[in-house]
Amino acid sequence: MIVFNRCLSLLITVKLPVILLGFVILNGWAYANASEVNVYSGRKEALIRPVFEKFTEETGIVVNLVSGRAGQLRERLIIEGRNTPADILLTSDVANLYRAKKAGLLQPIVSDVLTEHIPSIYREKNGYWFGLSLRARVFVYASDRVIEGELSSYEDLAAQKWRGRIAVRSSSNVYNQSLIASMIAEHGIDSTEEWAAGLVQNFARSPKGGDTDQIRAVAAGEADVAIVNSYYYGRLMASKNLGDQDLTEKTTLFFPNQHNRGTHVNISGAGVIASAKNLAESILLLEFLAGVEGQGLFAELNHEFPINEDIKQSSTVTKWGRFKSDQVNLSLLGEYNTEAIRIADRVGWR
Amino acid sequence: MKLTSPTDKLPINRSLSVTSWAVAPIIFAVLLSVPVLVIFGHLFFPSGDVWLHLTDTVLKGYIINTFWLVFGVGCLGFVLGGSTAWICASCHFPGRSFFEWALLLPLAVPTYSIAFSYGGLLEYAGPVQTSLRELFGWSRGDYWFPEVRSLPGAIFVMSFVLYPYVYLLGRAAFIGQSRNMLEVSRVLRAKPWKTVSKISLPLIRPAIIAGISLMIMEVLSDFGAVQYLGVDTFTTGIYRTWFSLGAPQAAAQLSAVLLLFVFVALLSEKWSRGKSRFYQITGRERASERIRLRGTRVVLAITACSIPLALGFLVPGAQLCFWTITTWPDVIDHRFIEYSWHSISLAAVTALLAVSLAVILRYSLRIKGGWLGRLCVLISGLGYAIPGSVIAVGVLLSLGWLDRTVDNMTRQFFDVSTGLIFIGGIAGLVFAYLVRFLAVALGAAESAFEKISPRLDDAAHVLGSGPMHRLRRIHLPLLSTGIMTAGLLVFVDVMKELPATLILRPFNYDTLAVRAYELASDELLRESASASLVIVLVGLLPVIVLSRSIGRIGYQSHGGAK
Repeated sequence: MIVFNRCLSLLITVKLPVILLGFVILNGWAYANASEVNVYSGRKEALIRPVFEKFTEETGIVVNLVSGRAGQLRERLIIEGRNTPADILLTSDVANLYRAKKAGLLQPIVSDVLTEHIPSIYREKNGYWFGLSLRARVFVYASDRVIEGELSSYEDLAAQKWRGRIAVRSSSNVYNQSLIASMIAEHGIDSTEEWAAGLVQNFARSPKGGDTDQIRAVAAGEADVAIVNSYYYGRLMASKNLGDQDLTEKTTLFFPNQHNRGTHVNISGAGVIASAKNLAESILLLEFLAGVEGQGLFAELNHEFPINEDIKQSSTVTKWGRFKSDQVNLSLLGEYNTEAIRIADRVGWR
Repeated sequence: MKLTSPTDKLPINRSLSVTSWAVAPIIFAVLLSVPVLVIFGHLFFPSGDVWLHLTDTVLKGYIINTFWLVFGVGCLGFVLGGSTAWICASCHFPGRSFFEWALLLPLAVPTYSIAFSYGGLLEYAGPVQTSLRELFGWSRGDYWFPEVRSLPGAIFVMSFVLYPYVYLLGRAAFIGQSRNMLEVSRVLRAKPWKTVSKISLPLIRPAIIAGISLMIMEVLSDFGAVQYLGVDTFTTGIYRTWFSLGAPQAAAQLSAVLLLFVFVALLSEKWSRGKSRFYQITGRERASERIRLRGTRVVLAITACSIPLALGFLVPGAQLCFWTITTWPDVIDHRFIEYSWHSISLAAVTALLAVSLAVILRYSLRIKGGWLGRLCVLISGLGYAIPGSVIAVGVLLSLGWLDRTVDNMTRQFFDVSTGLIFIGGIAGLVFAYLVRFLAVALGAAESAFEKISPRLDDAAHVLGSGPMHRLRRIHLPLLSTGIMTAGLLVFVDVMKELPATLILRPFNYDTLAVRAYELASDELLRESASASLVIVLVGLLPVIVLSRSIGRIGYQSHGGAK
């Protein structure tokens, strides 16, 4: 207590400005490395750090990381302007890359390695951003309550027969926004709103939790069909936890729209910042991530699909077999993002 | 040259230093309110049709949900915190000394952690409902079970971790109240309840109100828990409007509506108290004697104290422990120690700074408290009710402007770029914490200052003691318990803070909260538990230390009085 009081009166009397100044000076330390690349990542640290460590091991280039929510990282980039220390923006969906490009935050990159490895529909045509892995928005259904022929497409989930049987997370989540955007790209705004209204009527419960929670709800009998990203199911399959394995035994994965445009897929991807100070290192990192080794790590860590079909998938994912994916121009998903949120608000998809 | 005697100099010095005390709140208020004002600046840009879209669709829901959440947590938290504070401070029963500190434990549990725990525990697919179904052979629709992921669920989980704000401040006030008044009441044969309502409550009212308003502001700014529990409040709305709809103006307008609620609440509290003030002449010289409980009352008291402890700490804590045991080999590595160090050092530095600022601001009001000074202090505390993610953007915008200005000037005059000095550094982060959590320290400091009679100041003043001297020799010693409380609250709050840390932190500078959130938001609840558990454990140490020290003071003076 006495020590505390001493500290306090010391602080109050003289030292406060001095300490504050010290802090400001301390700030400079962060940006003093020789060979490095600085990444702002909307992808979680745990899912990306191991890949970076491998990169550092091979090239000697240090990767510095700030992870966070993509929307806020974009705000930070805008505010930091030309002085930003960031070289690369990494996101887990295409809409945020689209917005970053639109805000003038990215620069076009020309790299033969990248164009060779990444199919053209999964990268921006001028090289502003590149897809690095694929995730499909699939259905997971209760094996005992849904007959296999019953399921067909996203459109079908708005039909009367699914009343009170669908589980899906909040529309605040960008995966759902991109799904709605892909519907807009296919059917236009009015039809999509009609579809969304029908879908909301069929909800088994008010949207809550993440994708894994939807799978749990199906396994427990609260809903019959869940709309989720494929890798969440992959994770449960690969889990050593008995309860998780139990979930996958009661449920089955289904790729919708196989008879028409294909299942909706989104990318996780990256772009190089317009004012990047470590340009060469940044390109090297992107090439590493798109290369065989980087892709293998990506796939293994999170059970996503490699960006290039020729690269080996994680053993869990291989079990699902090949599927037909929607070939829509990914930039459209970004363009229709705002409209998608508004539709969700209007139909009461919380 | 004439000789001037020291006494001639004194008045000039004094008036100078009084002026500087009057200027202090203005300077700090301006500094700390910049990020908030920057957000409000967005109000004056047109938001297009977004605002119309919001009022047409979701705004009504935000208002209704937020109102009930605040009202519910306010009431339940007051009941839990107020009753346990009174029981522990005024009654004597077996186990009291244990509950005295144990009741503070939920303070160390972040709202998002308790939401995760109860969500996982009580959901349809969770262990409780599953075993009920297995036990009784029920299936879906056969039985009714309360839904945790709902508004009542949110009120429940948040009340049980936030009530310690009321308990902590209320208990300090109950213990600190002078024995004389209570004795007079007893001599006059007043019933215990009348003593409580007529004497104790008015005396501790500032503390209780400060506790409730801390709780409410914590509720208004919570993001993680309400998002997980599926309750749409202003915070989730602001976040969605800003970062998903990409409409900062409309988001700022939402923030402004939210802030209006806070302002009205704060002002009505001040107004309702009116001009009345309750002072005690002495500090902690004579503490009150405790009422001895017997028979069923002992059972009642123990039950009343056990419930908040069990539901706010033991149950979620056990869930976290269980998850940690099943996952720790995969999660805990050398980085973990680094995260812990980051969390603790940030929290300690911020707590010291916040407490110093709070004392300076409150003391300046005491010396020279015009309406301007009061307004300034009120404004410096506003950040607490604004969602951390919005504060973070406000801090980014203002520091960004500062960085650009400095950079442009040095480029122009010296042809050198300074780069970013403030953003992406620890200073920016600590600044954001101060903007956000100063209200916590201000509240605690206010109730501590209010218990010191102005007559002490007057007496010292007459004896020729200057403001600084008075602060050091008279106020700080009397304040020590109160400001220690303030420091502790800020420390724990910073340990738990998430949204501002997430966006403002430097490269490779993760904290425990960031770690826990990242894993939990990626639906790896079990894996996130170990980081949550360490936040809780580290948060516990100061809670216990503080609680012990308050307890000791109570005993000492008690003994001394005999």
